Amino acid sequence: MSNDMSNTTSTNNPSDKNTIDCEEALKRLFEYIDHELHGRRHEEMEDHMSKCRSCYSRLEFEKRLQQHLKNATEQKAPQELQNKIKKLIHKL
Amino acid sequence: MREEQDIKQWFEHEVTGVLDDLYGAALRLAKNPADAEDLVGEAVARAFGNLHTLNDRQAFRGWIFRILSNCFITECRKRKTRAEMSLNGDDASDDGEFWLFDKLHQPFLLWWGNPEQEFLNSLLRDDLIKALDGLPENFRIVLVLAEVEGFNYQDIAGILEVPVGTVRSRLSRARSLLQKALWQHAKDRGITTEPTKDLNRQDTL
Repeated sequence: MSNDMSNTTSTNNPSDKNTIDCEEALKRLFEYIDHELHGRRHEEMEDHMSKCRSCYSRLEFEKRLQQHLKNATEQKAPQELQNKIKKLIHKL
Repeated sequence: MREEQDIKQWFEHEVTGVLDDLYGAALRLAKNPADAEDLVGEAVARAFGNLHTLNDRQAFRGWIFRILSNCFITECRKRKTRAEMSLNGDDASDDGEFWLFDKLHQPFLLWWGNPEQEFLNSLLRDDLIKALDGLPENFRIVLVLAEVEGFNYQDIAGILEVPVGTVRSRLSRARSLLQKALWQHAKDRGITTEPTKDLNRQDTL
């Protein structure tokens, strides 16, 4: 994943032990979005996102894209299928 | 007899509770309503027949999705068409990671708009469905379970019977392939062209 950091607020030079750089933040991005990061790894991401405009923009973009996909695929089971499944269960 | 009736009632209640999700996932796996309905029917019948393997009733949702996934995989193997052969491998004819954000993002704030937001606004449901349906099965299934059905990595690993690391890598690849397909659909519809990152433009803020 590349990241164009020109003229943005970036944190590519971590100055303290609780800071991660953009490269590391991008590696963890989807796990962060998927709520798969915990403890220190999560806190480091929170900290980075609060300071880096470019990574934050990317985070927001990926979250919105995910939401679009979720909305597009939301599907209610047709009534006919609901009836079929009820009949099927009664026969089993 | 009474106990049998109670079990059936409980099973019907649980299936009804997840039916929309099961059908939604089946539709994205099978890619058409008739096959999706068959897939759900088969999964429900198989689930009832294997109810004794469900040790924790709280885990019903993950358990029945596992059965649905297995039914789909079995069906794909039966058909053995070229397109359905990519169930176990992690290969996909693609030449590296692709991220829409890298294509769209401008390092400067632009007075004329926000390319990322405009791209998202221009996406049609059809673009997303086509891009998702075009993914190889092993990537599509993991993306459906994670992004559409909201399962965590550990659950997906259990459903697909693969290590969590495999889930993580397939998911990353699936997202990249999806974004590449979306970009292509957008280009085909004439929505977007490669933005020029001309740092000397006068109309940037």
